[in-house]
Amino acid sequence: MQSFPDAQPLHGLAGGVLIGLAGAVMLLGPGRIAGISGMTARVAGLSGGAPWPLAALFLAGLPAGALAVAALTGGIPAQFPPSLLLLAIAGLVTGVGTRLGSGCTSGHGVCGLSRLSPRSIVATLTFIATGMVTVALVNALGGGI
Amino acid sequence: MRNLMALLSGLLFGAGLALSGMMDPARVRGFLDIAGDWDPTLAFVMGGAVLVMALAWALQRRMHRPLACEDFALPGTRLIDARLIGGAALFGVGWGLGGLCPGPAIASLVFHPVSAGVFVAAMLAGMLAFRLVDTRRS
Repeated sequence: MQSFPDAQPLHGLAGGVLIGLAGAVMLLGPGRIAGISGMTARVAGLSGGAPWPLAALFLAGLPAGALAVAALTGGIPAQFPPSLLLLAIAGLVTGVGTRLGSGCTSGHGVCGLSRLSPRSIVATLTFIATGMVTVALVNALGGGI
Repeated sequence: MRNLMALLSGLLFGAGLALSGMMDPARVRGFLDIAGDWDPTLAFVMGGAVLVMALAWALQRRMHRPLACEDFALPGTRLIDARLIGGAALFGVGWGLGGLCPGPAIASLVFHPVSAGVFVAAMLAGMLAFRLVDTRRS
């Protein structure tokens, strides 16, 4: 992939298959959508939905699964925005947006898109579009707050 | 059994996020940066995940009930309204600003407690604010 020197298509594909398996286990086992924003609101007591222990164990699995990969591969590269103010604003907007729009990248983007849900197709196209516009604007303004 | 399967699902999800590079906010923003140095990795993540999930949906349609519960609890609404589009639009703005969506943020709590912690705390505050406004309105 000469034209995209930083791209990791094989890692991406392998990770994507694991994420798909995660969604499959949640769908075929407990019979639910593996929607992370919904499960988070549930665990925080801010919405109904899945039984509390089920949602809590699902969320607890996220860092645990990542820790297992970090142990096997020697670490997970990550470059966070240095500004905590920017992260706080991003988090706030994400919290409101995922509740208003009933989902995020996991629920709409993975589970809904694969179900060909018209709602999820519209939601996914919308958040990718506004995400792209936001990054373009932030870059044009010099890279952050 | 259903709790064990939820834990297994979370573990697989977290491992997938870590392996795919989606826990690196810079890489996520690279995917959204189509006007700049575009990084297509996220498209491969979505592709792999959607492919496997499509098979799971095909299986689900043939099942009368899930393996570990009495009934499927799946969203039934088909409404495409201002809430859906406005909410997704706002979420995209947050995603572009931080390079984080809820899954990678929660998975990152053990690696970058301060940065991911600020994001997750603010996200919970946003969810709480939405609930307060939404409850008052209805």
